[in-house]
Amino acid sequence: MPAIETRDLQRVFSGDVVAVAGVNLRIERGEIYAFLGPNGAGKTTMVRMLTTLLRPTGGSASVAGHDVVAEAGEVRRAIGVALQEAALDPLMTGRELILLQATLHGLPGAEGRARAERLLARVGLTNAADRRVGTYSGGMRRRLDLASALVHEPHILFLDEPTTGLDPVSRKAIWEEVEKMNREGTTVFLTTQYLEEADNLADRVGIIDDGRIVAEGTPESLKAEIGRPHLEVVLGDGAMERAQEILGRFGKPLPAKDGAALVELEGGASGVAPVVRALDEAGLVVESLELVQPSLDDVFVAKTGYHLEGSGDETAVPEASSN
Amino acid sequence: MTGGFVTNARVVAALGRRATRQTFRRPQLMAPILIFPTLLLAIQVGGAGRAVDLPQFPEVNGFLDFMIAGAMVQATMLAGNSGGIALALDIEMGFTDRLLAAPISRFAIVLGRLVGTAALGAVTAIWFLAIALIFGAHIEGGVGGALLIVLLVTLCAIAFGSIGAAIALRSGSASVVQGLFPLVFVILFLSTAFFPGNLLLEPARSVAEWNPLSFIVDGVRDLVISTFSGTQFAEGIAALALLGAAGLGMSAAAMRGRVRRGG
Repeated sequence: MPAIETRDLQRVFSGDVVAVAGVNLRIERGEIYAFLGPNGAGKTTMVRMLTTLLRPTGGSASVAGHDVVAEAGEVRRAIGVALQEAALDPLMTGRELILLQATLHGLPGAEGRARAERLLARVGLTNAADRRVGTYSGGMRRRLDLASALVHEPHILFLDEPTTGLDPVSRKAIWEEVEKMNREGTTVFLTTQYLEEADNLADRVGIIDDGRIVAEGTPESLKAEIGRPHLEVVLGDGAMERAQEILGRFGKPLPAKDGAALVELEGGASGVAPVVRALDEAGLVVESLELVQPSLDDVFVAKTGYHLEGSGDETAVPEASSN
Repeated sequence: MTGGFVTNARVVAALGRRATRQTFRRPQLMAPILIFPTLLLAIQVGGAGRAVDLPQFPEVNGFLDFMIAGAMVQATMLAGNSGGIALALDIEMGFTDRLLAAPISRFAIVLGRLVGTAALGAVTAIWFLAIALIFGAHIEGGVGGALLIVLLVTLCAIAFGSIGAAIALRSGSASVVQGLFPLVFVILFLSTAFFPGNLLLEPARSVAEWNPLSFIVDGVRDLVISTFSGTQFAEGIAALALLGAAGLGMSAAAMRGRVRRGG
């Protein structure tokens, strides 16, 4: 039985706004699955349907073997949810929030307190546990949100843009925690608009655009679909034509970009040395040379025809998703 | 309801504790509930104290004795409004989604909020009883009467809280709930809260006669200015039951609508 399965799942909002247009998914237990897409692609709508917060208008979905509409209570018992923008009450303390979450999931008082202590220690918030959440940094809020989602030890964890707006250090800390939870057996479904996040964290990636999945697979298989690595060569004397002629002997030439000559290397990294030798023998001065692997952005471009927002600046703090 | 009674009771208690803490940690919401009615009471008692000399004015020891019930009910209406604002803020910041994603009864979310409003109602009753006693009012109903006043005022907070919750759940907007604040005064002035019904002019007199608020205020006032009679207390309880049932019914419907629409 898969952890999450959807069949032609749809959500149409009033005014015939199609947010999710027939998504089929099958996520196995123990996977980390990343839903990658820009703002407005339908990521959050998918999460809200799978976490029973929003009823689908078509198709069906099951989570932990339970239908999200007919058996919503069972689904809620099996999942942990950390929604976008860490919906935390700034007037509560971190400890109060986790204890409340424990009560919501029916844990007895003593057990709830013990788990709260463990989780606060796990996410490094023991010293801040009795401070109001309003005084926490963005990273601390996300870690608290994550801890509260884990209090009942869910089988499946939904994370909606868990690192949006975080600095790289905080983002890394969240990734490590997600990987740790996954090693302990939790299935993770996360949405992200960061290519790097999907690439580093996910076992499989689904690229969603305009409410539809346009590509799905492991990051490696998706990139392999796009093509082989290419070599970017910047020449000191600007002898572009001559360089392109030489590079063309080693693989498929690609259009020049930012003053660099490009060639797709059929042999991958093993093809670099002969190119360097050929350029040297031709007396060309090489300023820089880089073997560039296909990225998820290349996959994204190939599948959607445009770059993912902020894909060139992974450390930028983008606006929160609004879909 | 999802789960057993004990589980749901624990959830309501936990959400009630949160709502109570939230109220007392947010002085900007707490202050108007006590300070506005206290100031209005002081101004009215200080400036219109001779109203008690009017022919047909009920027999009272002083104008404060007459006015204290209105101040209490006014404070509970503001407490109900404040509870609605807090619930709407929860919806706006997504905290309600956290609750809706948990395996709990949807109505526990409303009841938890009302526990917080009830606590605030009890505090306002004690606050105004203390003011009344400090400034020389007499509680003719004695200690028993004072306890019944606390009970009535607390129930009143719950009833108005349920209406505030319904509006919050329907609109999902704190500013909409806050915008209803002036209505509190309109409804109050069209009741017997600040003036005896028999001395009001038409059409205010007829409106006040049927305004459920008049029955509630008179129920509280009766315990201050005379010994426990039972009739006015029962009428006050009946009016509260009516308002509470309407408020809880509207809240339940609004919650169902919100869940159907998806938060």
